[in-house]
This record gives sequence, structure tokens and C-alpha cells, in this order.
Amino acid sequence: MPPPLTMTDLDCTRGGRRLFGGFDLTLDAGGCTEVRGANGSGKSTLLRIAAGLFADFSGAVEAAPRHYLGHRNGVSALLSPLENLKPHERPGGDSAREALIRTGLGDVVDVPCGQFSQGQQRRVGLARLLLGDRPLWLLDEPLAALDADGQRLVRELVEVHCRGGGAVLCATHQPLGCSASEVNLMDH
Amino acid sequence: MFAVQFRRDWLCLMRSRDEAVNPLVFLFLATTLFAIAFGGDPRQLAELAPAIVWALVLLANLLSLEALFRRDLEDGTLEQLLLLAEPPFAAVLGKVAVQWCVSGAAMAVLAPVAALLLNLPAAALPALMLGLLLGTPALSLIGAVGAALTVGLRGGGVLLALLLLPLHLPVLVFGVSAVLDTMAGVGAAAQFYWLAAISAAALTLAPFAATAALRISVEQS
Repeated sequence: MPPPLTMTDLDCTRGGRRLFGGFDLTLDAGGCTEVRGANGSGKSTLLRIAAGLFADFSGAVEAAPRHYLGHRNGVSALLSPLENLKPHERPGGDSAREALIRTGLGDVVDVPCGQFSQGQQRRVGLARLLLGDRPLWLLDEPLAALDADGQRLVRELVEVHCRGGGAVLCATHQPLGCSASEVNLMDH
Repeated sequence: MFAVQFRRDWLCLMRSRDEAVNPLVFLFLATTLFAIAFGGDPRQLAELAPAIVWALVLLANLLSLEALFRRDLEDGTLEQLLLLAEPPFAAVLGKVAVQWCVSGAAMAVLAPVAALLLNLPAAALPALMLGLLLGTPALSLIGAVGAALTVGLRGGGVLLALLLLPLHLPVLVFGVSAVLDTMAGVGAAAQFYWLAAISAAALTLAPFAATAALRISVEQS
């Protein structure tokens, strides 16, 4: 089986500034790699390239079916968590309700997300990762806005996902605490 | 995927009713203004009524198109749609369908009321309704491509209007002439066929074009 994510000789220039060049990365099943780098070093862009949301680069990317959790949670304020997640339910993954219970939102599945705090909205975004059987997770600052309990939750979800043969690429300033490897964009 | 997205967007619409009724309110306010401001011969007003109603429907549609993708882009559900929907164009079509229900189908049903305010003869009302039903899908579908292209831009509203008005003109021309020909007692079948043809062509092409345009907008955001 090919690795969930292979990036070869990636080169990206944005707004006239070269973010990285000659960047290679292979992420094997069961692996979690943290992307480090200063603000503006291209961490988010790298993740968006892996997700297929950014196409202005040279190099080759091969990625398995994936989930992407970016700065924006992808949660509509008008809908409840359940209504937000239902469309993404797929056979092979958790149901929306199960996923919300696992992320600690079991009591508020029917409350419109507009009434949620930032951290709770983040948890809805995290719950989406559990829907559908997608081996590759791309997480952009997953710990942002979360309390200590929520940060533990992210670690736990990542660990379980990796143990199940998934792979995680995570841009973060705070160490996740469960990563096998680290790559620093400042070196490229 | 179409049905799933349609249900989701319909729910959103029901939760923000002001947005849902805005196009209709616009249509009625503007027709009322026309009726009041036009102090002259009611028969003259009747001659102008088809053009006024069609132009207002077009503008109301344009107003609601501007908001079609905006909120989804801002809260990130648009990028999730592009990543997770299988296939994304079906989901985009679902979104456009909800927009059309409000600014196409509802308009077609209520436009005769507006037209009566403008003294349009009752005999011409079926032609107006049929024309709107056949023509507004094209307005929404072509409009969705423009909305997808301009959603990430500041002040995209004016650009959207500039982009879309030329593309919407044929629909406007055929729609108005269908009503006028009916009033004159000449058959208007040709215009209806044209409207249907434009809508069918838009239906086959626009969802793909809009999805591609959304990819560009998400990339730039």
C-alpha cells in the first residue's frame, strides 16, 4: 500500500516570497508528523497543498483520502452540531452522534453552533475527523482555542487514529506530545 | 449529495428568514414605487409592466446571489464541501437549487401580484409566470458561476453585477418579449423554447464551472 502522503520536491512561492523549496516528505501509515516554523513560514500553505485546496506550487503530491481541519472550523453557526456533521457521515466511520459524544459535545448536539464558544466550535470540527474512513488527517493548529481537556482530547484522537493505521500531518506551535517526527519549514 | 446539500441549505435558509424574504420584499417595494411614481396613463404602465417586473426579478436575484457562497466561505464550510462532497458539483447544484427556490420559483409565483399592481392585463399573467419559471433557473445557475468567482473579493458585488448583467440579458429579452407577444395576441412559444434551452444549457454547464470557480476562490482566501 502506498504511504498516505508523499510530497516530492515541493516548491511554493506566495506573494513574491518563496515559502519553501525542495521540500520532501513521506508520511507512513501510523505516523504523526508535526510541522514547525515561525509565523508566515508556510505551514498552513503546506497543509492546504496536501489537502488539495491550494494548487499554485510545483512538485508532486500524492495523498490518500483525507480530512482537513484548518483555521476555520467548517461549522455553520446556523446549524446544530448534528446538522453540521450529518452530511459528512459515511459508512465505515462513526455516526455524527457518536463522533460528537467522543469529542465531549454529547449534551449539546441540538444547540445551534452560533451559541457555542470558540473551543466548542473547534470540537465540532474535530468530531468531523471521525466521520468517514479517511486515513490522512491534516490539522492546522488543532490545539488553538481548546482548554486543557480539549488538548488532551486532540492527543487521544490522534493516537487512536495512528494506532488504527491512519496518518496525521499537524502544523502546531505547541508540541502535540504524541508525534513520531518533526519537520521544520525554516530548514527548507 | 444534491439532496443532502439541499436539505442543509434549506435548514440554513429557514433559520435566517430575513434573507429568505429579502428578494420578495425588494420586488414588491420596487414595483410599488414604480406604480406610485408613474402618474400617467395606466395603459402605458401596462405596456411597461413586463419589462419592469422582469428587470426587478433579475436584480433581486442578483442581490441574493451575492450572498450565495459568502457565509460558507467565511466559516470554512465551503472548503469542506470541496473536500468531502462526492461529487462537489452536485453539492453546489444543491445550493443553487435552494437559492432558486427563493429568488426564482417564489418570484414566479408572486410576480403576477406585482404585475397586477402595474396594471398588467390578467391574460398576460400566465406568460409572465411561465417565462419566469423557465428563465430564472438560467439566472441562478449562470449567476452562481459569477458568485463563485467573486465571493472572496472585497466589493465583489459591483463586479458581480458587471459580470452577470450581459450574460443575463438574453433571458431578460426573451422573457419580456414573451409577455409582450402574448399581450399582442401573437404566440410566444419560440421565446419559451429559448428560455428553456438557455436554462437547460446552464444546468449542464454551470455546476461544473461554479465548482471550478469556487476552487479558485477558496485557494485565494
